[in-house]
Amino acid sequence: MRLKTLLAVVLLVSTSLTTIQADALKGRGASFPGPLYKAWTSEYYAETGKKINYTPTGSGDGVKSIKKRMVDFAGSDKPLKSKKLQKTKLYMFPSVIGSIVLAYNIDGIKDGELKLSRAAIDAIFSGKATHWDDQIITKDNPGLKLPHEPITTCVRADKSGTTFNFTYFLNQINPAFKVSKKPNWKAAKVVAGKSNSGVSANIRQIKNAIGYIEYSFKIKLGLPAAQIENKEGKFINPTVESFQDGATYATWTADNDFYAVIGDPKGATSYPIVAATFILLPIEKVEKNKEVTAFMEWAFSKGDKIASGLGYVPLPDSTKDEIRKYWESKKIK
Amino acid sequence: MGGQFFRHFSFFSATLSFFLLVGIFAILFTYAQEALAEFGIDFLSADTWEADEDDEGGVFGGYIPIIGTLLSTFIAMVIAVPLAMGIAIFLTEVASENLAKPVSIAIELLAAIPSIIYGMWGLFYFAPIVQSIFGGNGVGLLTAGIVLAIMIIPFMAAITRDAMNTTPNILKESAYAMGATKFEVIKDVIMPYSKAGIIGSIILALGRALGETMAVAFLIGSVMSTVKHITDPTTSIPVLLANNFAEAQDLEMSAMYYLALILFVVSFIIISMAKFYFLGRKSAVK
Repeated sequence: MRLKTLLAVVLLVSTSLTTIQADALKGRGASFPGPLYKAWTSEYYAETGKKINYTPTGSGDGVKSIKKRMVDFAGSDKPLKSKKLQKTKLYMFPSVIGSIVLAYNIDGIKDGELKLSRAAIDAIFSGKATHWDDQIITKDNPGLKLPHEPITTCVRADKSGTTFNFTYFLNQINPAFKVSKKPNWKAAKVVAGKSNSGVSANIRQIKNAIGYIEYSFKIKLGLPAAQIENKEGKFINPTVESFQDGATYATWTADNDFYAVIGDPKGATSYPIVAATFILLPIEKVEKNKEVTAFMEWAFSKGDKIASGLGYVPLPDSTKDEIRKYWESKKIK
Repeated sequence: MGGQFFRHFSFFSATLSFFLLVGIFAILFTYAQEALAEFGIDFLSADTWEADEDDEGGVFGGYIPIIGTLLSTFIAMVIAVPLAMGIAIFLTEVASENLAKPVSIAIELLAAIPSIIYGMWGLFYFAPIVQSIFGGNGVGLLTAGIVLAIMIIPFMAAITRDAMNTTPNILKESAYAMGATKFEVIKDVIMPYSKAGIIGSIILALGRALGETMAVAFLIGSVMSTVKHITDPTTSIPVLLANNFAEAQDLEMSAMYYLALILFVVSFIIISMAKFYFLGRKSAVK
């Protein structure tokens, strides 16, 4: 008798829990905007009482799960071309802009002291420069004492949108680099780590290492990051201001579902490795999509401050308007 | 009523584990079909792992992770076997009761530490030491092998100690009475008597080292490249699976099931060998 009561209670509790869960919007995908979505959703919940769960599993996983309709929306750092969106019946629009920094671990060289030219970055990641005192690096850093130590490059072990955006930048410098979520790196010494935190940990642990990570990880862990030469030949420190300057050159249009990779922008004060991240919605789920766009509308109008506080760059107002029109034309607003 | 229920329940539990085993094998085999058909046996010797731009196909080969798994396990065994034997002999034959007890407890506690803790400790504390002695990046095959050894030593030592403890005192005393030294007793009486148990412990530890994921993922470097030097970073089967599972699709996913199948079969063979030895031992005692 007792056992039966207990079973009934357990059943009741678990079903009621699942109904509560079913009310919340579910999203997963890109880990790059993960910290921001977390802040946005909790603030949104505090204001409106609507719950949204976003799991930062990775861009590839996001695309996979939205294709299988396992979630209500997905995040991806790699935009999908319109043709692919039509084939898989998805809408797409950007949500925020972030940036990638080159963080390093060299004794005696502090944050922002190392200057890396485009040629030097090419040489480091293609394996042409194997030591820190290579002439191609030292020539822009006359004041620094770079050691004669081998360079270890820290990259991602998993497929990643961050890698996609970083290789896009490398490809702009030297077309020999393949744009890929997980390329075969040609550098002499490569160590891979899982996710941004894995790469950050490797950079911190390995002397004379350099690696690409998302800006918020550099801030959180206090890793030193390099000034990078932009398209106009200027060395730019990674700061929220220089990201904003870079972001103004991004051009988006609803005609191709905002497909654009915005890395390596023009402008003398632009930081060169900026990247947008995107939201994917299933075309047929109109009601759920309206809930997602309501949340994004809230984020666009009230979430900018949270975004800049975390080191992201809000989309330009003109782009936001463009996206609002896109929602209206698809009748999901 | 209650007895009937309990009988069904225990029968169900017992058969469930068997069906799970068969079910897992069947699933691995089914999902690996696409890669099996595409790459066949050449999968074992191909050393590229690269997905296409749109993730729908690619070229996948298991050579590097398979070699990485074998080499890291080999390094671990080379270090762990002599040390674990030494600990077991010390505990059973050399140490006094007052010392043997706390050391035994410490070893059993070490065996219970979750592997991720070994991974973190290895990356933050041990990797710089390896780097300063052997050069390289700090993370790589050697670091992974040494930390694996540290992980399996307690396990191996505890089982070997139990096996050695089963040597009847009368045998040892007879040997001493004939004028044998302590070393001779260990070499000629204890070792042969507990041989099966010792081999069993080594094989079980081998199985654990082969499948270890978390600690190795922290330490091996996770790079798809063949090892030229012992400190080079490389990858292993469980590490590759853990790193790529979330993102892989279609053919790549199937290739990973193929790798998992290889690991499953190898581990299965190893564990059954160990069990066979253990069971043989027990019936001999009776």
